[in-house]
Amino acid sequence: MPEQYSAQELMVVAAAREIREDEVVFVGMRLPLLAFGLAKRTHAPHAIGLFENGLVRDRIPPPALYTMSDAPNVRGAAWATGLLEVMSVLQRGDVDLGFIGGAEVDRFGNINTTVIGSPDQPTIKLPGSGGGADIACLAQRLVSLMEHEPRRLRQRVDFITSPGYGDGSPDWRARQGLVRGGPAAVITTLGVLRFDPSTREACLASYHPFTSPEAVQAATGWPLRLADDLQPTAAPTAAELRLIREADPHGFWTR
Amino acid sequence: MSLPNKLSPSLPDAIRRLVPDGASIALGTALESLIPFAAGHEIIRQQRRDLELIGPISDMLFDQLIGAGCVRRVTAAWVGNVSAGLGHNYRRAVEHGVPRSVELEEHSNFSVALGLQAAAMGVPYLPTRTLLGSDLVRLDTRLRPAEQAGVLHVAAIEPDVAILHVQRADSEGHAHCWGNLGVTREAGLAARVVILTAEEIVAPELLLSDPNRILLPPHRVSAVVAVPGGAYPSPVQGYYGRDHTAFGEYHQATRDRDGFLNWLQHEVFEVPDHASYLARLGDRFSTLRPRQPRLAAPVDYA
Repeated sequence: MPEQYSAQELMVVAAAREIREDEVVFVGMRLPLLAFGLAKRTHAPHAIGLFENGLVRDRIPPPALYTMSDAPNVRGAAWATGLLEVMSVLQRGDVDLGFIGGAEVDRFGNINTTVIGSPDQPTIKLPGSGGGADIACLAQRLVSLMEHEPRRLRQRVDFITSPGYGDGSPDWRARQGLVRGGPAAVITTLGVLRFDPSTREACLASYHPFTSPEAVQAATGWPLRLADDLQPTAAPTAAELRLIREADPHGFWTR
Repeated sequence: MSLPNKLSPSLPDAIRRLVPDGASIALGTALESLIPFAAGHEIIRQQRRDLELIGPISDMLFDQLIGAGCVRRVTAAWVGNVSAGLGHNYRRAVEHGVPRSVELEEHSNFSVALGLQAAAMGVPYLPTRTLLGSDLVRLDTRLRPAEQAGVLHVAAIEPDVAILHVQRADSEGHAHCWGNLGVTREAGLAARVVILTAEEIVAPELLLSDPNRILLPPHRVSAVVAVPGGAYPSPVQGYYGRDHTAFGEYHQATRDRDGFLNWLQHEVFEVPDHASYLARLGDRFSTLRPRQPRLAAPVDYA
């Protein structure tokens, strides 16, 4: 009988699969941090993780981290330095893959973490960019993670904090002066969205086994297209679940 | 042949002398660790007003100062509670002007760092390739497209004061700080006045024995204060871990304004100073101490 798992555990597994062996990854916190640890313990043992507080790790992160600056994450780091050094590595183009979370994302992969409503008349003031906008501008590939609700997956976001493909026109990023990058995937609580190379539009590439393509479409704020090769997201293996639960023993992030 | 004594007799003394109403203050520069909570709470007790807070992210401390009515303006990349979520006071201030409205200058972490670095270098701005295509550029007057395509200029950010928490310092302004540094060094080099709050005051010879670990040249430091436990509930490498529960409790307790005012009364105004606060915490603080040392290999400067 297959093991039970949470949507967050499946998101960690899906995020880990985005990390390729030998890649330099801008990690951040929460589910991406767990994904980085999982990838290092499975298919990408030589991946290197960057943290915006000034840490670089080439060893598996310790378990039960609540923030990237918890003391155990510093122990055994490959570099303990400042934010400017790590961001400079990112700006130079060394980062293959960056992860960010978001409050809302739109059909062209633009992410808003600044404000719901307008900056002058905010309905909800969100915490802000943090390093998210830097990662979205400067990493080679961007993967974002978020809860899948119609109010979070929108036709257009109220505010572009972290640019994706803008208005979807093919040269939008180049016109902004961005020299690389763009969203590769949006991993949600219901599925994995990938971007059509010609239209730059997010399409459903896989739906999690506990839902259906129709349910994912119903929870999306634009007419979500289904990829030609749409399939269920591969469920976590027992080994993957064991590794995630070792890294998040209290289930703080994944339960 | 030592330098003049910069030791301040107490944290209240240092804040009284060096943090006036209306000052711009860099705080929380290492990100989630080494946050000068004790200094922030003393600022609240002294009821400073019209401050500008400057920092990359602020884990809870900016939210507390905003809720206490100390803040006129926030220049930051992120304001909230890292392990618990949104900052309730920040939301109340920006959405409803409670207890007062605050002006925002919104950055990314990189642009805050570049602004501080520009001030540290004594130049008006630094170029970058970040934030192109972000709506933040439309809001923030410190971010300006350059004539050259694909380049943005970040204008210098020169805080009046930087309050930096460090592991150990001496009376002359030398300090050792280790772990992730965030923008601590840049803020210390950029600010007009630097206050160091330190876990321990040690002899200058100890700090000078490892000059690569010294944070700043001593002339940058205006005052040094011994504040053991001064970053609690954030962590200090080698001294104590993070009290994760405190961040969750604060998040729950401050959902409404009355809840925050109760929190403020109990956690700040009823506490005469930081030593009494730690004494009240008792085991809750002492259990955060590392169980065993994890010493680095010594280096030989022969």
